[in-house]
Amino acid sequence: MTTFGVIRFPGSCDEVDALQAARRVGDAKLLWHKDRDLGGVDAVVVPGGFSYGDYLRVGAIARFSPVMESVTEFARSGGLVLGICNGFQVLCEAGLLPGALLPNLGRRFICRQLGIEVVSDRTPWTSACEPDEVLSIPIKHTSGRYYVPEEQLADLNVVFRYAHDGNPNGSTNDIAGVANAEGNVVGLMPHPEHAVDALTGSADGLKLFESAVRERVAV
Amino acid sequence: MTRVRVLVRPKEGILDPQGQAVEQALPALGFDGVSNVHVGRLVELDVDDPSQVPAMCEKLLANTLIEEFEVVEAEGARA
Repeated sequence: MTTFGVIRFPGSCDEVDALQAARRVGDAKLLWHKDRDLGGVDAVVVPGGFSYGDYLRVGAIARFSPVMESVTEFARSGGLVLGICNGFQVLCEAGLLPGALLPNLGRRFICRQLGIEVVSDRTPWTSACEPDEVLSIPIKHTSGRYYVPEEQLADLNVVFRYAHDGNPNGSTNDIAGVANAEGNVVGLMPHPEHAVDALTGSADGLKLFESAVRERVAV
Repeated sequence: MTRVRVLVRPKEGILDPQGQAVEQALPALGFDGVSNVHVGRLVELDVDDPSQVPAMCEKLLANTLIEEFEVVEAEGARA
């Protein structure tokens, strides 16, 4: 059975939803920010929230936490890592993903269900999706404007885009999520862990967790 | 101890909605002739070795992908 490790930083707030999402398809346990030992998990989820109060810059302090040292090593050796919202910001600050997240162009916090297009189903986190499939997943963020210098755009491994011209925050090329060159590290601003049951509007987010499980079985 | 100020601001070419908001607010208060407003961050610190500050900026105080920084030595350490 696939075991997901979900990190809890001081200031995280979506780690319990991430645990529950993961438990619908596998097993999951919490990892504390001071842990250096990832406990043998098969995949790591860096959840949303406000790690370390988002002091200085979003994700800037969390990247230096003991657990992130281990996550970096895990990612560099091919381990599956998913960063959601603040987790995406942390992975960018840690240099595990290219780019950075800037304040929304409209300056406001946005909370909304959106169509998210799967640009690449060739990552371990999207293999259960169809190419060009549009997932219904909520966003909720203040700093979600993805930025990468223009010269890096051509080589960028884009995984998710805001669909139907619904770019909510001014992200470059409507980008909602990216992967590293190898594809094992994926980050996105939308919250798949909040879309795991039709009762609350959509279960599309489960596909990311199912993808990771499928990947594990294939290995 | 040397008192150092680090000024961090959005890199040129990066849209700065906070700066734009301030720029739009000033004429509404009767202050005309204001342009190019950018809002950044000021980090003040007392350090034994000021030559280390640029490395601190590169590693933590600024994200050089989106921000530029300027190190200014200030008068005396804070008591």
